[in-house]
Amino acid sequence: MSSRPVTWPSLFTALMYAFMYFPIIVLGVYSFNDSRYSAGWGGFSLRWYRALFSDRRLLSALQDSLTIATVAVAISAVLGTLMAIGLARHRFWGKGLYRGMSYLPLIVPDIAIAVATLVFLASVAVPLSLGTIIAAHMVFCLAYIAVVVSSRLQHLDPNLEEAALDLGATHTQALLRVLLPQLAPGILAGCLLAFVLSMDDLLISSFTAGGGANPLPIEIFSRVRTGVKPDINALSVVLILGSALLAGMAEYVRYWGDRSRQKI
Amino acid sequence: MTPAPSPTPSATWAERLAPRRWLGPVTLLGPAGVWLLVLLVLPTLLILEISLVPGLRLGQPSGGYGLGNYLQILQPVYLRVIGRSVGFAVGSTLLCLLLGFPVAYWLALMSPQRWRNLLLVAFILPLWTSSLLRAYAWTTILRPSGVFNTLLATVGLPAQNWLNTSTAVFIGLTYSFLPYMVLILYASLEKLDTRLLEAAADLGANPRQCFWKVTVPQTLPGIAAASLLVFISTLSDFVVPTLLGGASSMNISRLIYNQFLGPTRAWGFGSALSMVLILAVSLAIALLLRYGDRNTVTEA
Repeated sequence: MSSRPVTWPSLFTALMYAFMYFPIIVLGVYSFNDSRYSAGWGGFSLRWYRALFSDRRLLSALQDSLTIATVAVAISAVLGTLMAIGLARHRFWGKGLYRGMSYLPLIVPDIAIAVATLVFLASVAVPLSLGTIIAAHMVFCLAYIAVVVSSRLQHLDPNLEEAALDLGATHTQALLRVLLPQLAPGILAGCLLAFVLSMDDLLISSFTAGGGANPLPIEIFSRVRTGVKPDINALSVVLILGSALLAGMAEYVRYWGDRSRQKI
Repeated sequence: MTPAPSPTPSATWAERLAPRRWLGPVTLLGPAGVWLLVLLVLPTLLILEISLVPGLRLGQPSGGYGLGNYLQILQPVYLRVIGRSVGFAVGSTLLCLLLGFPVAYWLALMSPQRWRNLLLVAFILPLWTSSLLRAYAWTTILRPSGVFNTLLATVGLPAQNWLNTSTAVFIGLTYSFLPYMVLILYASLEKLDTRLLEAAADLGANPRQCFWKVTVPQTLPGIAAASLLVFISTLSDFVVPTLLGGASSMNISRLIYNQFLGPTRAWGFGSALSMVLILAVSLAIALLLRYGDRNTVTEA
């Protein structure tokens, strides 16, 4: 295997890996560039990181985003998991319609969801705030969590739950003691995905924020549009490291989930 | 949901609820269902209604229903925006397919088995980083005084001014959605029956024939699924055309955004545009369900 000659597909693939990582590396390198105009190299410096961590506005935007993502994902984890279990375990009239509805947030473009939510909130005269962003984010968060949990549910052994019921467990006990522990890796993976999507969302936040909150993507978007600010490079590196950590966790959770599944 | 009937003191919670067969599904499916109904389905019906009120502007009275907003879309200036959006989507989908297929092929069939999963994860890792910042990174690269021109200058090539052109939008969209393409194609190629390739080779087919007569037909549903998914995402992307495309690259998402958050506040027209976008995406989904490999999409 190691002596395989270098073929053109492997060369091409290497080139594509370079393409995927090139912009990220550029951001990383320029975040240490002392020059204000990032064209030339003005020497190594940490000044943009210092600027970043003393930028109150940016930090409060980060705090808003973390609050939104955490609350939306926490509630969605419960609702999304219940929905996935319900769809897998029950048959009822209109199930196809319900399932279709649960896939909508994955299919309908962000801009259309954003527009619809804004029009709805305006028509019921709910003032825009942090709360409305969370409510809107929950729509796509719970859909993504439900999809990830559903795919894990499909691979589970239904006999374990039935065995628990035969041995005298109530439905609630079977759910909490047997099903949930088996689903945990799927739920966690879904939560990490939803968290990242929520932190990245620009459109739905823009339409549901009003003046009440200022999540990070909105702040970044307005700064990038009004002119390049070098401390955005430093922010990028911090955020990319953060999401790489989450991605690593998600992959590990998946690996751990697959292994525990094999053990059963 | 209806409140539980008045409890008899002796019965436990579980005993009281056990005989009610409808209670299980309602507790499981009710909360999420209500949420989606109130914050997604109802609002979508609402923009359908608003799109039928011609000339509706925020804070202004309007008269009656009509198709005025939809007729407005037929003006050449807006048809050009729609045409451009479709052009961006078709072009970047083809680019993704062209660049992504060899990568997926190598990962699924030629990469060292031990490292295969890790290599795949490494390729889609950039998806986990902010799409906004990745588009911003390309502005740093493509700016007149940016990295790209510095590189061109060192090899003695003339400088290019690609930022704020369609070229930049194609690069940005292809970059953003290439990992999705690779992920779905990989799932499809992974299931390829390699014995058929061996059989074809034994029977005298050359590699080119093997590829076109065996590999491609088997992965066609995967190719269709991946292409339609990338098409849908690129059609409605907002961040890349806005940050990389400049004023001349107005697409449908940016147009809708401007109707709602811009100075005109033409909510009726914006809603009509949204409905057209939803319709276009539904059409693509219908094609996907008809011709694409649904399993590949859900597994990926």
